[in-house]
Amino acid sequence: MQAELARELPPAGFNFENCKRNEALINGGFLAPKTVKTGTTIAGIIFKDGVILGADTRATEGPIVSDKNCSKIHYLAPNMYCCGAGTAADTEMTTDLVSSQLALHRLNTGREVPVVCATTLLKQKLFRYQGNISAALVLGGVDLTGPTIYSIAPHGSVDKLPYTSMGSGSLAAMSVFESRYKPDMTEEEAKKLVRDAIAGGVFNDLGSGSNIDLCVIRKNKTVDYLRNYEIANRKGERTLDYSFLKGTTIVTGTKTFNLDITETVIPMEVA
Amino acid sequence: MSILAYNGGCVVAMRGKDCVAIATDHRFGVQAQTIDTDFEKVHQVAPKMFLGLVGLQTDILTVRERLAFRKKLYEIRENREMTPKVFSSMLSNFLYERRFGPYFIEPVIAGLDPKTSEPFICNMDLIGCPNVPDDFVVAGTCGEQLYGMCETLWKPDLEPDQLFEVISQSMINAFDRDAISGWGASVYIIEKDKITVKKLKTRMD
Repeated sequence: MQAELARELPPAGFNFENCKRNEALINGGFLAPKTVKTGTTIAGIIFKDGVILGADTRATEGPIVSDKNCSKIHYLAPNMYCCGAGTAADTEMTTDLVSSQLALHRLNTGREVPVVCATTLLKQKLFRYQGNISAALVLGGVDLTGPTIYSIAPHGSVDKLPYTSMGSGSLAAMSVFESRYKPDMTEEEAKKLVRDAIAGGVFNDLGSGSNIDLCVIRKNKTVDYLRNYEIANRKGERTLDYSFLKGTTIVTGTKTFNLDITETVIPMEVA
Repeated sequence: MSILAYNGGCVVAMRGKDCVAIATDHRFGVQAQTIDTDFEKVHQVAPKMFLGLVGLQTDILTVRERLAFRKKLYEIRENREMTPKVFSSMLSNFLYERRFGPYFIEPVIAGLDPKTSEPFICNMDLIGCPNVPDDFVVAGTCGEQLYGMCETLWKPDLEPDQLFEVISQSMINAFDRDAISGWGASVYIIEKDKITVKKLKTRMD
């Protein structure tokens, strides 16, 4: 019995069983489907008491907005968060995987994990896949060496910077940083600067949009995850009611399944 | 043409007040040729959870079977019912495993939590990037039309009978502008104490 089940258990890592078939389909003239991308403006800066990460909340599938309020600031560890741009599934899964590796590291060593450790795990994973995992990340955190911001490109190169931006709106965000960033800003000043940088992407880059998320990680290890810090774009209020009268849709058959479960459970005897 | 549009079809799910609804068309075709007009793309995977799969038909069937297998193993091992949230992360991991050789499907999950009865809807792209909004999710060849319809007709806290009209009208009017979806539709309304399945009268061309 056990052997029967074990045979079906998938091996760890990626599965390539469909690759040959998919290649044949694409060679047969079919187009490869689109994946969800986070066009994205993400940014991070160091301020006097820690780091601030910022992100927009739009996810796109080609020209279609597939999620108007997605969350691009991912949890890595209590002292570290990571913004992701690129293929949405890649950023999500890569940060989740590294987050669990960091949790194991923390439990094994009994210490807070340094930010450089997460950077190394991420860049080694991305380099191993030669850019095929398209995740562009901005990693921010605080450890015993102080606050740090890293930007990690999809091929695995790393920059350690006081302020950085990534994604399709990175140019808009960087122009704000280049003109206004200065070292040792107060938290309020820094939040305003990151908000303005992301807003630059939201309003000037088509791949970015909707709301602005911020995440403040302070040297004293307190974290403020400010989900929807600013609702930059509200949906218009509907002035009329478009609701249909009951019976508008013609129904040719109805079946109802009642789920009143009245069974009583008798615990199994295990003695 | 995209491989996802080879067989045609669409699925939409919406959240209401203490209920969810999921709807599908009935067409199964091979490009422009209609093969079957009674093919449903929504499957009941638990008493209060439905899975809608659109895309390449062969992959829909394979994925459905493989998920059923993994879900059964989970339920035997854990001795409890799988919640929609767990099911969606299982599906997400299953699809991401095939990141470089994906199944050509787009899934939609709609259900109520078996314990708390909290409504849950979710969709994913073909490599398993989850999207869990609080309004509606769409998938399929008339996805763009569905976005337009849902965006105007949906409003928060719809009661089950209102939700039925909204989801039905969204679906019907969306797939009437899509040549490879339609030929009838089914709507499933999932409430705490009952599930209602309704077949809709639609254009058959």
